[in-house]
Amino acid sequence: MLDILRDNWLLLLIGQYPNGPLGGLAMTLILAVCAIAAAFVLGTLIALARTSGIALLYWPATALVYVVRGLPPVMAVFWAYFALPVLIGRPIPGFWTLLTALILYESTYLSEIIRAGIQSLPKGQVEAAKALGFGYGRITCDIVLPQVYHTMLPSMVSQFVSTIKETSLGYIIAVQELTFAANQINSQLLTRPFEVFLILAVIYFLVCFTLTSAARFLERRVARQRNAPALKVQPA
Amino acid sequence: MGHLLDSLSIVSADGGTWVWMGLATTLALTLFAGAIAFGLGTLLAVIRVAGGRGVEGAVAAYVEFQRNVPMLVHILFWYFGIAALLPDSVADWINERGSEFVFAGLAIGLCMAAYVSEDLRSGLRAVQKGQYEAAQSLGMTYPDMMRRIVMPQVFRVAAPGLVNQALLLFKNTSLAMAIGVAELTYRTREIESLTFRTFAAFGVATAVYLAVSFVIMGAGAMIGRRLDFLRR
Repeated sequence: MLDILRDNWLLLLIGQYPNGPLGGLAMTLILAVCAIAAAFVLGTLIALARTSGIALLYWPATALVYVVRGLPPVMAVFWAYFALPVLIGRPIPGFWTLLTALILYESTYLSEIIRAGIQSLPKGQVEAAKALGFGYGRITCDIVLPQVYHTMLPSMVSQFVSTIKETSLGYIIAVQELTFAANQINSQLLTRPFEVFLILAVIYFLVCFTLTSAARFLERRVARQRNAPALKVQPA
Repeated sequence: MGHLLDSLSIVSADGGTWVWMGLATTLALTLFAGAIAFGLGTLLAVIRVAGGRGVEGAVAAYVEFQRNVPMLVHILFWYFGIAALLPDSVADWINERGSEFVFAGLAIGLCMAAYVSEDLRSGLRAVQKGQYEAAQSLGMTYPDMMRRIVMPQVFRVAAPGLVNQALLLFKNTSLAMAIGVAELTYRTREIESLTFRTFAAFGVATAVYLAVSFVIMGAGAMIGRRLDFLRR
């Protein structure tokens, strides 16, 4: 098993780069980071639309969330694979296909997490801000979202782990990420599939378990801070 | 509108049979993997709580491994990796029954068992100590106590989470297309490549997936309401 790792560690890490396209674990992580960053913005917008109380925003956002939650990720990938070139009018690389599907999928899940955070915020926060004469924009950006993001940090890390796992779907549409690289090695060696796919599983495990543990650590910390006695306001 | 008519014509023509055959395989795979997931998941949750430190560590390691590796990788690992290790007689036996289906079901079921066991474990924590003590003071044996007193309460607490896992499991069966199980997504691709009616074919598959998903979500909401009622 170690000899497979010794001969192919570079392919697993960065694909054929610099002699070919970037791939392997590097591509997996790039995809996941780009997807979660864009999904974070889109998810916030969907969550705001669903908590806005405006029917014209609420219903489309709610429908989107339910439809995407009801579909397998594979279907999202195929929709992006077929629909995107038609919409744009020219063929697009697999990287963008997979990224679009991941953003669509993850933003709805993140929006549910953010929405739960907004709804669990004590009412007094918004009321106090209103009493001070803050507008919707300031209340949302300065009062609501910072607190939501802080409490939701652990869930967002776990969602990042889900995203990393979902990038493996790139294998189905031949995007050169980690699973694709392992499959390449398997087709070269032919006779040692058990070892190759075990190595693949262990790599995913090491990356994802590290992040899951970090999420647990954050969860304990956030919980401690929330339960901490409120700061006493010093008299002026 | 054109796409909608096209979709209808796909369902009514030969493609329709393929769609239903695909859905039948998807549902069969859901049931097969679901039986493994809920059976093993319950077992894991119980022995993790009841067993000593060694057992608890082993179950925890299993759960972490399953949850931190993509399901697609589990499927590939079973189909390519484990299959290569099996003795010929076992491999032949599985091949006769459709090795793609069996390995995909095993991989999905074993992975989802980890998620199910975590849901049940948090349900087990919610059962009060007095329940165990009362059962023991009545002279119940350990299996009897678990089966009659503890687990019914656990399933009640864990129900919303378990419905969610059922939905996830149903959706994840689509990953089996990667190794050639002729489930709904795989059949849709076949119809698409034969007819070139891409949007109609994927439109039909999307509608079918959504219909089943909404039934599961609706069942979840109903169970949730019923449990709220019981708690009152």
